[in-house]
Amino acid sequence: MLNLFDPWPWYFSGISISVIMFLLILLGKNFGISGNLRTLCTLCNADKTCEFFCFDWKKQRWNLLVLLGSIIGGYIAVNYMSATDSLQLNNNTLQRLEQLGFKNIEETYLPSSIFDLHDFSLKKISILSLGGLLIGFGARYAGGCTSGHAISGLSDLQIPSLIAVIGFFIGGLIMIHFLFPFFF
Amino acid sequence: MKLLLKFFSYLFIGIALGITMYKSEAASWFRIYEMFTFGSFHMYGIISTALLSGIIGIYSIKKFNIKSFQKKPIQFHKKDISLYRYLLGGILFGLGWGLVGACPGPMFVLLGAGYYSILIVIIAAILGTFLYGILKNKLPH
Repeated sequence: MLNLFDPWPWYFSGISISVIMFLLILLGKNFGISGNLRTLCTLCNADKTCEFFCFDWKKQRWNLLVLLGSIIGGYIAVNYMSATDSLQLNNNTLQRLEQLGFKNIEETYLPSSIFDLHDFSLKKISILSLGGLLIGFGARYAGGCTSGHAISGLSDLQIPSLIAVIGFFIGGLIMIHFLFPFFF
Repeated sequence: MKLLLKFFSYLFIGIALGITMYKSEAASWFRIYEMFTFGSFHMYGIISTALLSGIIGIYSIKKFNIKSFQKKPIQFHKKDISLYRYLLGGILFGLGWGLVGACPGPMFVLLGAGYYSILIVIIAAILGTFLYGILKNKLPH
């Protein structure tokens, strides 16, 4: 029997994601989260600087609601649906992370050496802001993120999305296998 | 009344998304690291299940002409074919994804889950989007 309070198995998670996509499609919309970042730019008056941000943001209000919901969902999941924050990673992954100098891996949902707010360092701030910049810039350049390309676009068998997802993986593999030694 | 129903349906879908992202552990930096080191099937399982059911579903919508809840025909927009923007943009996105282990959805989920340092990532991502808007015409697409 599936217990929703345990970590969800992959097949249930995958089905849940596609149900979310289909609900949005049946509502006449589409599943794509990073578009909200553009809307947020426009809300911060970016439409005064360049044409890319000149669009009717009110037509994207539904997507902002999805975004707001996901924040609430995160709150509900951690406070009312989880007995523990820890993950069941395999030993191989644990060993690799320990070699990179990560500590208390089995106790937390996110690595404390990157995300812990106590003992905040310049290094942490640089990693977090560099990562965010790349994600925001790359998502708009590629015309979508994981939800828009890897889920929506690939489900519709679109070649551009396949190219983008291959790009996501090239980038991720380069970062973790070649650039991590510079960061950790 | 209709407006209220719409409001809550989108909010509810978002809540379901947030819970799914957190409980599937797709919002965890560790799972993304594990995926890029091919350490476990978990993330690949999530993506392939979502894709398989997604492909079957979208095929059915087209094949059987399924209408939206508002009884309108459903349209799928074909993305413009090109190489540079998808590949280069994709690689830049992937570099960031591998580093902070969160794509745009999970960023906001983690904020709700109380990991406030993710706010730096969110603000930087908005800034990155802004930067793209400014540089758009100078980039190969």
